[in-house]
Amino acid sequence: MSGVLEVLSCGPAVTVQDMGRTGYLAQGLTQGGAADRLALYEGAALLGQPANLAALEMVGMGGSFRASADMRIALTGAPMTATLDDAPLVWNASHLLTAGATLKIGGARSGTYGYLHVGGGIDTPVMMGARGAHLSAGLGAALVAGDTLPTGKDKGSETGLTLPVENRFDGGRIRITASMQTDQFDTGTQERFAQTAFRRDPRGNRMGVRMDHDGAPFVAADQLTILSDVIVTGDIQIAGDGAPFVLMCESQTTGGYPRIATVLPSDLGRVAQAPAGAILSFEFVALEDARTIEQRTASSRASLAATVVPLLRDPASIRDLLSYQLISGVISATTNHLTIEE
Amino acid sequence: MMAEFPRIRIVGLSGLLIQFGNEMSEPANRAAIAFRAAVEAQDWPEVRETSTSLVSTFVSVDLAANAPQELIEKLQALIGTTDWFSAPLPAGRTLWEIPTLYGTEAAPQLEEAAEAAGVSAETAIQELSSARVRVLTIGFAPGQPYTGELPPHWNIPRQQALTKSVPAGALVVAIRQLIIFTNASPTGWRHVGQTAFRTFRPDHTTPFPLSPGDELQFPSVTAAEYEGIVQGDTSGNGGAQRQVLA
Repeated sequence: MSGVLEVLSCGPAVTVQDMGRTGYLAQGLTQGGAADRLALYEGAALLGQPANLAALEMVGMGGSFRASADMRIALTGAPMTATLDDAPLVWNASHLLTAGATLKIGGARSGTYGYLHVGGGIDTPVMMGARGAHLSAGLGAALVAGDTLPTGKDKGSETGLTLPVENRFDGGRIRITASMQTDQFDTGTQERFAQTAFRRDPRGNRMGVRMDHDGAPFVAADQLTILSDVIVTGDIQIAGDGAPFVLMCESQTTGGYPRIATVLPSDLGRVAQAPAGAILSFEFVALEDARTIEQRTASSRASLAATVVPLLRDPASIRDLLSYQLISGVISATTNHLTIEE
Repeated sequence: MMAEFPRIRIVGLSGLLIQFGNEMSEPANRAAIAFRAAVEAQDWPEVRETSTSLVSTFVSVDLAANAPQELIEKLQALIGTTDWFSAPLPAGRTLWEIPTLYGTEAAPQLEEAAEAAGVSAETAIQELSSARVRVLTIGFAPGQPYTGELPPHWNIPRQQALTKSVPAGALVVAIRQLIIFTNASPTGWRHVGQTAFRTFRPDHTTPFPLSPGDELQFPSVTAAEYEGIVQGDTSGNGGAQRQVLA
């Protein structure tokens, strides 16, 4: 099975994404790739294929798609309403998309980034080592109605599988560790940062996510004299007005605003997925503990395939899932404008 | 002050940063570029990639999988092998002469920038078009060069209020540096010239034409000459002349 996936219609921010591209940091290009990496691993586990295959990332809402040939699909990340020729589809599961049938993916019920995976992966041309669009750099473009996406050769055949998923779609506790400029914030400021309940601002995208809070701004000791230096994904930059921004996969490569800490890679998907208004808080963990957490995450990712189980087609539970549809249709169709200036 | 540097900082779980200073200086910039080349030459298996900022070298390593201490020791040993502040510039550098339209509607902040630098607009054009600056680092956006340093009177601050957007190819100035913008962007730097030079060419065999250490000049052209360059150029060079430096 391999064929073409046709985009009949789609939301404003649907792009091809994968693990992004490394090796271009010195040239000013960040890695990019899927905002919620775990979703790529889950899709790969559901379809029994490598996690580096490209999928569609859908921000806030999906679209309508039609396949030229029978095609296996999997749906992961932010749960969205999904139907196949008007029959409901379960999220976090694999399904057969029959040739000519219409797959409709609506608004997110919680979270921000949903993913549509196909057997064999999306096989668009590789651009500088990866297929993922990097819109802030000017690489690739958001999908539009009429686009046709080639798919790779699918080596699997099973569908109707699901896997248990950690709820990372409503904010919560985010683990952070010190970075190179943390000590430019005094202990009191660091403590206050860790005790503050932040709200995810509506301004957020693949470059960065702004956090709102009540109370005084956070200020570094030498706020104005800090020299521009390297940025890594997950860095929490304190902007000129004292509000934190978590810098995401498509951020700039360097910046002159101080960084108070950096988010553990394990928790970055939770930051990305938090819908506007979600409450987040940050907890410092020591480097050694952070290492242990990341090692555990890596090993649980590696064993995701073992957690895949057949989907129980219980009509009652499907109806239940659909009942969420109306609650959420409006979740931030998050192409909300956010730019970071030099 | 120099005795504090170079110093090594842990960058979250993403790698290590070797800082050669806490302010821009020519020797510290050269040290960062040379040290990056030295790390690349070591070909250490845990190093994913390296980069430089103005006065620092970043070594990307998965610190979850690799304990930092061992690499810190290797970096310290490498730091001790030479005086990085007197390292030579990289070999095979290029001099680019990039035609630039100063002022006019295409670059409306020339006069404002000249005033901030304490010179007339004519003098500003003369100084900026004859200055030979070096690429100090590539960053922020793909292929985007930070070049310098201009004479001290060009140590003008960034604007408090941002310019909403300058186009790709904009030549902007602040803090004794010139940048050519890769993409249209809001900025606090002042827009003094416009070039047709593309700093990121994703479809070319050389997507990033500039490298740290390259030298740049921005000779002044008239609006008519600039228009001719824009109409005639398909390469992305924007009429630039290049020459390999010995």
